[in-house]
Amino acid sequence: MDFTFTDEQTMLFDMTTRYLGNEYGFEKRASIIASDAGMSEAVWRGIADLGLLALLVPEENGGAAAGPVETMLVMSAFGKALLVEPYLASAVVATSAIARLGDARQRETWLEPMGAGDLIAIVAHDEPHGGATRATAVGGGFLLDGRKTMVAHAGRAGLLLVSARSDDGAVGLFAVDPAQPGVKLVTYPTVDGGRAADVVLSQVHVADANRLGAGDVSEDLAAILDIGLAALCGEALGVLQRSLDATIEYTRTRKQFGQPIGKFQALRHRMADMLIHVEQSRSMAYLAAVRADEADVAVRERALSAAKVVVGEACRFVGQQAVQLHGGMGVTDELDVSHCFKRLFAIEKTFGSTREHLSRFSRALVA
Amino acid sequence: MDLSFTAEDQAFREEVQAFLRDHLPAGVRHKVLNGMHLERDDYLAWQHALHARGWGGPSWPEKFGGTGWSPVQQYIFDSTCSEAGAPRLVPFGLKMVAPVIMAYGNEAQHKRFLPPILAGEEWWCQGYSEPGAGSDLASLKARAVRDGDHYVVNGQKTWTTLGQYADWIFCLVRTDPEAKPQRGISFLLIDMKTPGVTVRPIITMDGAHEVNEVWLEDVRVPVENLIGEENKGWTYAKFLLGHERTNIAGIGIAKRELARLKRLALTEVREGRPLLEDPLFAVQVARLEIELTALEITNLRVLSAEAENRAPGPEASILKIKGSEIQQGILELMTEAVGLQALPYRREAMGAGYQGDYPVEGHALTPTMQYLNLRKLSIYGGSNEIQRDIISQMILGL
Repeated sequence: MDFTFTDEQTMLFDMTTRYLGNEYGFEKRASIIASDAGMSEAVWRGIADLGLLALLVPEENGGAAAGPVETMLVMSAFGKALLVEPYLASAVVATSAIARLGDARQRETWLEPMGAGDLIAIVAHDEPHGGATRATAVGGGFLLDGRKTMVAHAGRAGLLLVSARSDDGAVGLFAVDPAQPGVKLVTYPTVDGGRAADVVLSQVHVADANRLGAGDVSEDLAAILDIGLAALCGEALGVLQRSLDATIEYTRTRKQFGQPIGKFQALRHRMADMLIHVEQSRSMAYLAAVRADEADVAVRERALSAAKVVVGEACRFVGQQAVQLHGGMGVTDELDVSHCFKRLFAIEKTFGSTREHLSRFSRALVA
Repeated sequence: MDLSFTAEDQAFREEVQAFLRDHLPAGVRHKVLNGMHLERDDYLAWQHALHARGWGGPSWPEKFGGTGWSPVQQYIFDSTCSEAGAPRLVPFGLKMVAPVIMAYGNEAQHKRFLPPILAGEEWWCQGYSEPGAGSDLASLKARAVRDGDHYVVNGQKTWTTLGQYADWIFCLVRTDPEAKPQRGISFLLIDMKTPGVTVRPIITMDGAHEVNEVWLEDVRVPVENLIGEENKGWTYAKFLLGHERTNIAGIGIAKRELARLKRLALTEVREGRPLLEDPLFAVQVARLEIELTALEITNLRVLSAEAENRAPGPEASILKIKGSEIQQGILELMTEAVGLQALPYRREAMGAGYQGDYPVEGHALTPTMQYLNLRKLSIYGGSNEIQRDIISQMILGL
């Protein structure tokens, strides 16, 4: 048992934190969110130059072939900075999908530019009600029809990886160029300062060569999304810590009744409970990272669901109490605490909500 | 980052399991696994068995006859024993007064007091709390006045757990009433057979006699039973509280009780199905199991930090709060699982060999008694509110 990080891991975290400290202040982030693009090309280039976009890319494709622990550390630094760029969606989830399911040509074609920061790829998986996306076999390929939702930064993506079900019930993953005929993007900002889109697919033709993997890939897809979930737990850790730090700082300086409000026991105890949530989340982010690539599916799912429940409940409690303890200032757009609150709100709902994971975990009790 | 135990740790766990299979008395195990009442001899039988194996002092250094185990090994030992149904080690001698004697006692005190603790030959109890000094322990009033080569002690101690079995009591007494509260306290070891020591039971709401009042009236204590220096007792007292907090999360106990809850929820049937298949009930069990998973990792994180720099820090408060909440939560659900059968009150059925006419189903009677009993968890050892004060002051700097 070992809870320490290697020197390389610590350097990776420090380097990421330092870069964001210099390049990703509150004002800078506000201007990025307000921009048309909704993300900064300069920042994307910057994190590419640090090698972060190639962290999960295999060595033969020019990457660092790092794992979930490195990802957790980098994501926690991104969480602390409230990074809005699609690192999780492209450098973690899509990269893992291509590395796992892609053939040699696909990996070479896509992973190298992704790692270099020249290509953003996004997995389009979630569907709105009635969005059931179908893949119909035609000569030499497939025709995709359906609708995907909450596809992060789809407007900036050069490649979409769309999951779709064939007539035989098998789930496949298909590479789609967002500019190709039949693809329509309905873009929108998200509540946490991000950007996303619904992807509407009508008779979108995908050649056999652009299908990732063979047969039913739903189990692979679940494994890929769990890599994302573990990374998300790491991000949550950073946002939770920032929320708690900001609250402690605020209650130390804000005076009422002649003393810092942090001296009042009702508030101190609340912050003690916030810390407990943060530390329990830290434990579960570690567990999620260590189990993210576990071969035994039942063990992996159990651990990841447990992690998401603990982290999800922390997102609610810490987010809400951070706003509460900031008083009126907490509900304004001016302080970072409300931005943390909105990111925590989004995290709680991403890759399965607390309720969904609690439900999955409790069903397994009698399985 | 690696959350699995080393091969060495794993082998150690198997060694402990093998010992438990061979040497944990079956009757004691049965009582623990079913939440029944333990007698003095049950605790002693287990301590004697451990002592015979050389494991009498799992948290002690080898120098004093202990095992010299690392914090992680101690954790493995404790949790493996708890899960297998071993009784807890009686902490008052082993884990509370012994570390104080080792750290601050003199050579003669080491020789006199430590071996009988290890061998389970002398039972200790704790004389800290008083009717007027609970969370604010430093306000204690029990008075010790020097008279030649004795101290004469007068006062009242309370919440003295299992004091009815004790041979000795370690007491905080005031030796300088003029000094600031923390400065005038001394740490005395008192033979319970000394004239003037009276133990009176306090019956708790589960009907148990577990805690006591101890009255001290003109009790003459030889000065050689003073630990360390006069008026420095507060330092030793805080040192002791630090040791009391090791293994405070009770992970092994919680795992054992969670397993029992699940067994119960599989045998209890509602509307033709096991209760554990009721989604509402299952979610409550799942929540506790998930919280416990997180707490176990948090506990191991604290232990690893401890291995690098000694005694448990304020993080132990996190373990105390969550650990007590989880254990209480499990018992609360157990009472829910047995439904209306939580209400018949047959305290005698908690003892071994109950032959009464109440149809004991083996499990239905004890959850309520334990539920009532375990309300103490969030109160003793520094109430959970005091723990939140410690967190906010020591960790958050508020």
